[in-house]
Amino acid sequence: MRQPWSRIIIFSLLLWPGRFAWAAERFPPPDFDSGYQLPLTVTPAPRAQIYEYLDVLVLLVALALAAYLILKKRSRRAIFALMVFSLIYFGFWRKGCICPIGAVQNVTLAIFDSHYAIPVTVLLFFLLPLVFTLFFGRVFCAAVCPLGAIQDAVLVRPVRLPEWVDHVVGLLAYVYLGAAVLFAATGSAFIICQYDPFVSFFRLTGGLNILILGGSLLLIGLFIGRPYCRFLCPYGVILRWFSRISQQRVTITPNDCINCRLCEESCPFGAIQTPTTAEYFTPPPDKERLSFIILLILLPVFMLLGGWSISRVNEPLSLMHKTVRLAERMYLEETGKVNDTTNESDAFRTTGEPVDELYRQARQIRRQFSWGGWLLGGFIGLVIGGKSLGLAVRRKRKEYEADRARCLACGRCYSYCPIERRKFAIICEKTI
Amino acid sequence: MEKDKKNPNRRDFLVNTLRGGCLLGAGGLVGVLGRGSSGQKMLWQIDPYKCIACGNCATYCVLEESAVKCMHAFALCGYCELCTGFFEPQPQSLDSGAENQLCPTGAIKRRFVEDPYFEYTIDEKLCIGCGKCVKGCNAFGNGSLFLQVRHDRCLNCNECAIAVACPSGAFTRVPADKPYLLKGTDKTT
Repeated sequence: MRQPWSRIIIFSLLLWPGRFAWAAERFPPPDFDSGYQLPLTVTPAPRAQIYEYLDVLVLLVALALAAYLILKKRSRRAIFALMVFSLIYFGFWRKGCICPIGAVQNVTLAIFDSHYAIPVTVLLFFLLPLVFTLFFGRVFCAAVCPLGAIQDAVLVRPVRLPEWVDHVVGLLAYVYLGAAVLFAATGSAFIICQYDPFVSFFRLTGGLNILILGGSLLLIGLFIGRPYCRFLCPYGVILRWFSRISQQRVTITPNDCINCRLCEESCPFGAIQTPTTAEYFTPPPDKERLSFIILLILLPVFMLLGGWSISRVNEPLSLMHKTVRLAERMYLEETGKVNDTTNESDAFRTTGEPVDELYRQARQIRRQFSWGGWLLGGFIGLVIGGKSLGLAVRRKRKEYEADRARCLACGRCYSYCPIERRKFAIICEKTI
Repeated sequence: MEKDKKNPNRRDFLVNTLRGGCLLGAGGLVGVLGRGSSGQKMLWQIDPYKCIACGNCATYCVLEESAVKCMHAFALCGYCELCTGFFEPQPQSLDSGAENQLCPTGAIKRRFVEDPYFEYTIDEKLCIGCGKCVKGCNAFGNGSLFLQVRHDRCLNCNECAIAVACPSGAFTRVPADKPYLLKGTDKTT
């Protein structure tokens, strides 16, 4: 016993009062006589930067290949092969991070928080699929997105949903996008990443809740094609917008449609629009015009109503932010409403910062949520109003065509088209 | 097709304009964010001066075995015989018997250097990042034990699950060329 017990106990008692004194030199580092050398500190290097650029390159090549396979080669088998590759590379190999869906939040945070330096690779992951969608449709969803791929792979017995289900449940994705942007912009949370349903499959480990969420989505996905993509994916919302104005898009038939109806049941995602019949136009155009005008007037009402109701719940929403949670807790403790303390409040007291400053920050964040709630609610109102307007307008269609927004470009319908088959046969004859 | 290109109808014109607008927007986004952006990727790391060693690192990491491990700043260490990071609060004897150790996995190795000094090294394979030793060392010692995200293990999730659960806000994003926030002045490899 070279360091007597009493000395250590006295030392301990002296130092005990409350706070940790960080890296206090209570025991001066010794001078060694025996020539002892301090061991080296091992700091394993992170994954090299060059591999991050490699990921971007793989994404770029996969997108280009997907566009070629979908629009020129028109081969479902090749699209499926690329999809499996993406599932393995971006999913199981890269463990699902970073993905363009989550990158929405990084971009939002970078816009609103000047302290956050967004890595160039993340920015590219966000933008590249968007640019490709502008030119070629949703080729990213078809063959590059690992989340889409894992759902597409388990789809064994597709069930057709009534169209209204698609429209109504699909609105969830808009709400999800809006909420994700609000929480990212306020620096509260990255909810898309926190509730990424398939990432625990990619990592082969993860929390039970997410495992259950992902498992049930995959179970549903056995019968209902790609439920996450169609009803929840927030990035898919942006892709839907961009896909509407894309330069090229999936056509079911390589040539002219002969309305043979063979492709009618081929799409598991309900993205094939049938030609309009005469009965479809039975209501007189006047009545239709009236309902359109009413809906147009209702649009700002929807937006105001949405904005008002979401901004009303800014208090519970703002609890997503750490600072607000801490301020609430500190308030309870300071006013004696609770007697115990939490790790968070202890840590805050250790910093010695004034509690009023914390309250001020929390109030500021709550104000952000208040007007952020107006924007989010307005956005949801706009989406609902816009959707009903879109449904109120009837468009004439002479042939079977893929819905510009909803088509995931998976290429399943190609082989159903007799014209496609004949074309394929002709090519075969020529090569023989 | 040819005719369409020469005389675009109203719808085509609108769509083309919108597409151009979107491309411009994307370019603008690159322009605005590109200036503030970082050429390097960002990694998660623990600021050891904010860490309170609450133990969340061991349980909240998405990995079964946390990417956070304990590190030792040897230049700060007092090489105490009674190390409060190594021993239970009231050890029966000052030896490396399991009943005396604070570390639940026995990851700290204690070795006699010279009278009266002992060296404490971390066996990273055994460390689970619970921070019990860090707490002990901070409370009564020099605070030379500290937790760090080990980048050979970290998956670098877009939002770190431990960062969400960290009560003291010790998790920060650091640029990849300075991936560790070390205590002390030890030489690194």
